[in-house]
Amino acid sequence: MSDTWSVAGRTFSSRLIVGTGKYKDFAQNAAAVEASGAEIVTVAVRRVNISDPTQPVLMDYIDPKKITYLPNTAGCFNADEAIRTLRLAREAGGWDLVKLEVLGEARTLYPNMKETLEATEVLAKEGFHPMVYCVDDPIAAKQLEDAGAVAIMPLGAPIGSGLGIQNRVTIRLIVEGAKVPVLVDAGVGTASDAAVAMELGCDGVLMNTAIAEAKDPIRMARAMKLAVEAGRDAYLSGRMGTRKYADPSSPLAGLI
Amino acid sequence: MGTRPVREAKAPMSATTDSASVIINGETRRIAAGCTLAEMIEGLGLDPAKVAVEHNRAIVPRSTLGTVRVADGDQFEIVHFVGGG
Repeated sequence: MSDTWSVAGRTFSSRLIVGTGKYKDFAQNAAAVEASGAEIVTVAVRRVNISDPTQPVLMDYIDPKKITYLPNTAGCFNADEAIRTLRLAREAGGWDLVKLEVLGEARTLYPNMKETLEATEVLAKEGFHPMVYCVDDPIAAKQLEDAGAVAIMPLGAPIGSGLGIQNRVTIRLIVEGAKVPVLVDAGVGTASDAAVAMELGCDGVLMNTAIAEAKDPIRMARAMKLAVEAGRDAYLSGRMGTRKYADPSSPLAGLI
Repeated sequence: MGTRPVREAKAPMSATTDSASVIINGETRRIAAGCTLAEMIEGLGLDPAKVAVEHNRAIVPRSTLGTVRVADGDQFEIVHFVGGG
């Protein structure tokens, strides 16, 4: 019954990747990761506060030996910044599996696909394994795959919006065309959104705000774990066809 | 690699009376001239195992933190992992 997925030669059981931003504190963050069952967390790369080096750090709460850290390039608006960030991330952690995200504008946080594609090529040549945040465009997805992306991660809706998957057709087209894993990255607001992504055949879902901004993040983390599992099972089980009219479930024969 | 001040007359470890002016994460700091990057990081109260360092815009491989030395005017970025999505 094991239903695992693999990215860049690494195999995981959980299909839920969670972020580590926006939590009240590190303890709540760690508890949410635990409840989500996630085996991968995204992390950002930022300057150390040299004025107060005694502040607690993420690694004290989420052990990178147990949970795979996926460094991101959040906040980078061009290929050079993103590549520079990930080179540092590789040196900090020794990890070559990374999340590339090159943003186009602050208002929508939509990706700049030209810069994203350039960065993907450079990173792949330097031996990185980039999982790439992108628009929900099946052609762009193929271009990224050809450039060396080890996973395609289209947005379901704008980052942090919680609007759910806005275009199921394009997500499905990306899934059908890809030879690498496809994960919906961004836009999930609640459990049913995660289930939808999985029912479309995605290999996984990446989310942060939907859990971190829930009133009870730990309970929502558990809901997301169950939703991803439910959606995956529904996809694998092969759902019934739809009909225009009713079809009774009880036999019509033998009515009294 | 840029220009480096001439210090050939002094052994690095005896040079601690000299200080070098460097920029770390955008802040100007004075540190002991000639110390290694690992010594500089520890001197800031940080664990070298948990950070990555850029030295004059070039990544410093972790294996060389203990051998590369600080020179006056050097610029550093010291980063680590924080929460993010």
